[in-house]
Amino acid sequence: MNVSLAMFLGFIAVTLGITYWASKRSAGANAYFAAGRQIKGWQNGIAVAGDYMSAASFLGIAGIIAFQGYDGFLFSVGWLVAYLTVLLVIAEPLRNAGKYTMADVLAYRLKPRPVRAMASLSTVTVSTFYMIAQMVGAGALVKLLLGGKITYNQAVISVGILMIVYVVFGGMLATTWVQITKAILLMAGTILLSILVMAHFHFSFGEFFGAVGHVTYHDAKGQEVVKDFLQPGLRYKPPYGPLDLISLGLALIFGTAGLPHILVRFYTVPDAKTARHSVVWAMVLIGSFYIMTTFLGFGAATVIGPDFIKTHGGTNMSAPLLAQALAGNIFFAFISAIAFATILAVVAELTISATTSFSHDLWTNVIHNGVERKAGEEVLVARISAFVVGAVAIAIAIVLGPTANVAFLVALAFAVAASANLPVIVLSIFWRRFNTAGAVSGLAVGLLASIGLILVSPSLMAIDPPTVTGAARHLIQAKAWFPLENPGILSIPAGFLGAIIGTLLSREPASQDKFNELLVRSNTGLGAERASSH
Amino acid sequence: MGSAAPNAEVAQPKRYETSRANWDEIAESKPFKDLMATKKIFIVPAFVFFVVYYFALPVLVGYAPQFMSTKVLGQLNLAYLFALSQFFMAWIIAGLYVRAAGNFDRLANDILQKAEKSEGGK
Repeated sequence: MNVSLAMFLGFIAVTLGITYWASKRSAGANAYFAAGRQIKGWQNGIAVAGDYMSAASFLGIAGIIAFQGYDGFLFSVGWLVAYLTVLLVIAEPLRNAGKYTMADVLAYRLKPRPVRAMASLSTVTVSTFYMIAQMVGAGALVKLLLGGKITYNQAVISVGILMIVYVVFGGMLATTWVQITKAILLMAGTILLSILVMAHFHFSFGEFFGAVGHVTYHDAKGQEVVKDFLQPGLRYKPPYGPLDLISLGLALIFGTAGLPHILVRFYTVPDAKTARHSVVWAMVLIGSFYIMTTFLGFGAATVIGPDFIKTHGGTNMSAPLLAQALAGNIFFAFISAIAFATILAVVAELTISATTSFSHDLWTNVIHNGVERKAGEEVLVARISAFVVGAVAIAIAIVLGPTANVAFLVALAFAVAASANLPVIVLSIFWRRFNTAGAVSGLAVGLLASIGLILVSPSLMAIDPPTVTGAARHLIQAKAWFPLENPGILSIPAGFLGAIIGTLLSREPASQDKFNELLVRSNTGLGAERASSH
Repeated sequence: MGSAAPNAEVAQPKRYETSRANWDEIAESKPFKDLMATKKIFIVPAFVFFVVYYFALPVLVGYAPQFMSTKVLGQLNLAYLFALSQFFMAWIIAGLYVRAAGNFDRLANDILQKAEKSEGGK
């Protein structure tokens, strides 16, 4: 049997074991949605890191650095620094004042129904975009890695079914441990690969960076070029490159703290202090990982070279191909299995954040006015919606097909999180005057501005030469109206403005009256949700 | 799933509730104002510092690529070293925050205990 396949199956077996174990401990809403709030700080830290180090980071970032050098490394930087916003501003107030979702904090002093409905819409939107990107990636990857033994559709369906099983039976507890398992594997793989790269250069940084300074490849015109890959500007070229870079930075710095699947993690720990420690644990892991993308990305550029990668599966295959070149097929299989595990775990996390918001915010609080009509109804609805979310994601990924250009979906998820979610969370915690109209208009404007600007950005609008066919063609064949790939620089201010103007146009004394309560609760942890006792 | 596990849903202790007047009183009290001031003194400068430090990177790299390409350490240029320094900046601020937050916890704990005691007394 194929080694890659054996390793995939091994990971699946382990995770199904975890799910079975977790299923016996997932009765009740606190247990199902928040793992009983009993996850330890370091465990949650590893899980947060695992959530964040998606296939986009592991495969994508190695690929971008391998092809565009230094500019790719800038993604790595932003992804870590973003956690300072989570640590300093969001994690503790959210843990103190909320229960299962970010909308809990918003609903505190605002009118719960309109606010939850909008917050749920934005949560489900972010999670679905992110998920589809992962699913399409998974399908294409598995097909490539298993060398045609399995089709794209089969790969998408199996990823979809597995994620439904994790979430339906194991809830947050299973999702957390699947995430931890995968994060440890991913770190181990990355460390090994980095050591192998350095061994290739006789453990001499001088020799390594010397090679990075002279990467030889053929450009789009077929000319042989030698480039210094440490030099900026290979990806972000004038006139709009620098602005795009700043816009990307804004989306990362403010978007991470608004990603629903990251925020739900802080409800799985006993208190705000543990939430804080889990962010620090996550930052240590995430930072080390992204520093090592230096070795993965530049290693791929120097050891195997962009030309080789291009003809052997493309950008996203840089890390696995590097592993193969350095240590042969078994290591290739190991790295591939890790990439697959990464996708599965992240997709499960996205599913649970979407279904939690659907059942807790929309079903219980909006449709049934905050009353759970029957004990266990909320969990039941979440389980059913996991099926629906899974089925919809499978269907969309199959319709889009393996060659679809989906990288923009992740950018979109960050942009929506930064432009819609973050402004209203921040304003509801810090601004006494803030009210329901402001929250609803902030969420709506942020959501529409980011989706609208991406629709008319170069990611979706461009004139392709006739040689580009099928799903790889841009959706709209015309010159882009908005010159940047990342809408953050406009959509984030738009989200804040929407929230502020909406607030100023209406009066809501009740919201101001309850501000002190939220202020005290979020800053002291008075009355915060506790861990279920043994 | 089916069978209920022994340590499943344990009834949550009833959430702390009190009147609006009491919330206002806590919010206006000296210990709480001290807590907020202590937090602000650390968090606001730390936030401003990291945002400025971080955005200096895309701004410099984007608008002064030639300058940032200056080699300072063998092959390593300013651009790479500045990017690398961001990781350490983030770790240092996180470490300082955890230290400062020990103080926040202490102040918050005093408020918590007082509030929970006065509730118990009623």
